[in-house]
Amino acid sequence: MQGIRKAGAELLYPQPKVLTPSRNDVLVLTPWLAPIVWEGTFNTDILNEQFRLRNTTIGLTVFAIRKYVVFLELFLQTAEKHFMVGHRVTYYVFTDRPAAVPRVPLGEGRRVVVLEVLGGPRWQDVSMQRMVVISRFCKQRFLREVDYLVCADVDMKFRDHVGVEILSPLFGTLHPSFYGAARKDFTYERRPRSQAHIPRDQGDFYYMGALFGGSVAEVHRLTSACHQAMAIDQANGIEAVWHDESHLNRYLLDHKPTKVLSPEYLWDQQLLGWPRVMKKLRFVAVPKNHQDIRAT
Amino acid sequence: MARLLRTQTGKTKCCSLHTVAFLLIILVLVLFGTGFPSLRSVMQGIRKAGAELLYPQPKVLTPSRNDVLVLTPWLAPIVWEGTFNTDILNEQFRLRNTTIGLTVFAIRKYVVFLELFLQTAEKHFMVGHRVTYYVFTDRPAAVPRVPLGEGRRVVVLEVLGGPRWQDVSMQRMVVISRFCKQRFLREVDYLVCADVDMKFRDHVGVEILSPLFGTLHPSFYGAARKDFTYERRPRSQAHIPRDQGDFYYMGALFGGSVAEVHRLTSACHQAMAIDQANGIEAVWHDESHLNRYLLDHKPTKVLSPEYLWDQQLLGWPRVMKKLRFVAVPKNHQDIRAT
Repeated sequence: MQGIRKAGAELLYPQPKVLTPSRNDVLVLTPWLAPIVWEGTFNTDILNEQFRLRNTTIGLTVFAIRKYVVFLELFLQTAEKHFMVGHRVTYYVFTDRPAAVPRVPLGEGRRVVVLEVLGGPRWQDVSMQRMVVISRFCKQRFLREVDYLVCADVDMKFRDHVGVEILSPLFGTLHPSFYGAARKDFTYERRPRSQAHIPRDQGDFYYMGALFGGSVAEVHRLTSACHQAMAIDQANGIEAVWHDESHLNRYLLDHKPTKVLSPEYLWDQQLLGWPRVMKKLRFVAVPKNHQDIRAT
Repeated sequence: MARLLRTQTGKTKCCSLHTVAFLLIILVLVLFGTGFPSLRSVMQGIRKAGAELLYPQPKVLTPSRNDVLVLTPWLAPIVWEGTFNTDILNEQFRLRNTTIGLTVFAIRKYVVFLELFLQTAEKHFMVGHRVTYYVFTDRPAAVPRVPLGEGRRVVVLEVLGGPRWQDVSMQRMVVISRFCKQRFLREVDYLVCADVDMKFRDHVGVEILSPLFGTLHPSFYGAARKDFTYERRPRSQAHIPRDQGDFYYMGALFGGSVAEVHRLTSACHQAMAIDQANGIEAVWHDESHLNRYLLDHKPTKVLSPEYLWDQQLLGWPRVMKKLRFVAVPKNHQDIRAT
C-alpha cells in the first residue's frame, strides 16, 4: 500500500484518489491549511525519500531531572525502534544526574548527547525551565547540529511509527483529553493578568506541552517567547494554570503551526482507552505514580 | 408559515419547540439581512474593534470536505472551498506585506483577452494584497488600461512571439526563468503564472500561495493515472511510465516562491532544449515537462480544479462549490492564426 521500489528505479505507490477523502471521520487540515497528521493521510515512503534526499538530521530533546531518569531507558529503547528510523538522530538528554543516563544500543547515524543542567525545585519549575534551556541551546548548539527539533516529555514510550511526517517549520500536538472539546472548555489560562491569557471565544486547539517542535529557528522563537512571557508573569506575581503549556498555547494561537499532530502522537491508554478514531497509538504515557515520582 | 405550523401540531411539546425554533430562525435571517454581519463574515470571522480576529472553532471530529481528498500523500494541502478560512490566511500574509506577481503572455491576437483578464483579476485576485501584473506581449500598445486598486500595478514587457502557439506556450518557461533573476526576485514574494484566455469569476486568494504549487487539470482529476496524457515516449525528457504519476497538472496555472518558480521554469526549459536537440517534442509541450518536474519535485500545495475550469466543456459538477478561474470561450482556429 505504501510503496515498492523497482530495482534502481522510481518509487512506486498507489495513485492518490482525488474523489476519495483519506479520512472520513476527522479533520485533516486546519483552517489555515496546515495538515493535521493522522494515520491514513500520508505515505511514509514518499516522505522518507524527500527527507533523506536532504540528509535531514533530527534532534530530540528530553529532560530527566532527579527521579525522572528512571524513564530514560524505555524512552530511548522504544525511540530506537520507532522514532525517525533511517534518518540521522541526536538525542539531547538534559539531566542533573548524568551518571544515571543508561547506555542504550543505537542504530547507525544516531547518538546521545548528555547535557548537565540544574533541576528546578518543583516539577512545575522543571517543566517551565525547559523553555529557557531549549532556547539557549538552540543558538549554542542545535542550530549547527540538527535541522529539526522535537521536544518531548520523558515519561513516555514509543509504541508505533513516529517519523518525518511530523516535520515542518513549527508543529504542535493535540492534547488527547481535549480534541473533541469546545474551546470554552479548553484549560487555557483565563486570567487577563497573565501573558498566556486566552478569552473563551478564541483558540483553535488545545495543544499539549509534552510534544512540540519544528525547525531550530522556529523552536528558538517559540521557546524564547514563552520564556519571556513566563518571566513577565513571574514579575507580576502570577503563574499560568498549566505553566509552560499555557504559554505554548498562547504562542501557537498567535503563530499558527505549519503542522498539527493528532492525539495518535500523544496518548494515555490507561486514562483514555483506545477509541475507534485512533488508528495507531504512537507515543504514549508510561504509567507512573505521580506523588512518588515528583517527590525529590 | 401558518401551514407549516399546522403540519407540526399533534406533537404537543415538540410543536411549541418547533414554533419557537422556527421564529428564531426567521428572526436570525431578518437580522442577517438588515446589515448585521453578513453570513459569510460570521462563518469566516469578524474582528472586534482593535482586537483579535474571531472565527468559529475548527472541529477536529468533522472533516471539512467528505467528498474529496484535501491532502496529498506527502501532506500538501489540496485547496478546495470549505477547507480554508480566508480571514486567517489574509492576516498571515498581510502581516508579511506579501507581494504577488501574476505573469501572463499575450502574443499577437491573444492581446484581445487582456481586458477581461485584468478587469476580473481586479475583482477577485489577491484583493487587499500588493499585486504586480507582468504582461508579456509583442504588442505593447495593445495592452488595455484597466483601472487598478491600491497597491496594484501593471508592468508591460516586450517579447518576441514564437511562430506557432506551441512555441509561445513553451517559450513562457524560458522567459519566466530569465525574468526571475532579472526582476521578480527583487519585486515580488510569490509568482503566479497563468494562461491569458481566462477570466476570474470568484475568489482566488492567498490560500494558493506556498513554495511550489500546481493545479489539477479539470479533465483528469477523476481519471486513472494510466489515462493521464503524460508524455509516454521514453526518448523524451518528459516521459512518465503508466504506473507512475500523482496527478495530471495543467500548464495554465502554476506558481510558488520566485526561487522555486525559477527552478521549475529553468528545469523545464533545459528539458525542452534537450528534447529539441533529440528531435522530439513532448505531446503537450510545456505541460508535459511541468508534469515530469512536479512528479520529481512534489508541490507544497495543489489547487483543485475550482482554480482552472471550463464551464462550456465540463458544466458545473456538484463537487465544484466554486468556479474561480475559468476559460473564456474562444474560436481556436481563429485565435491561433497569425
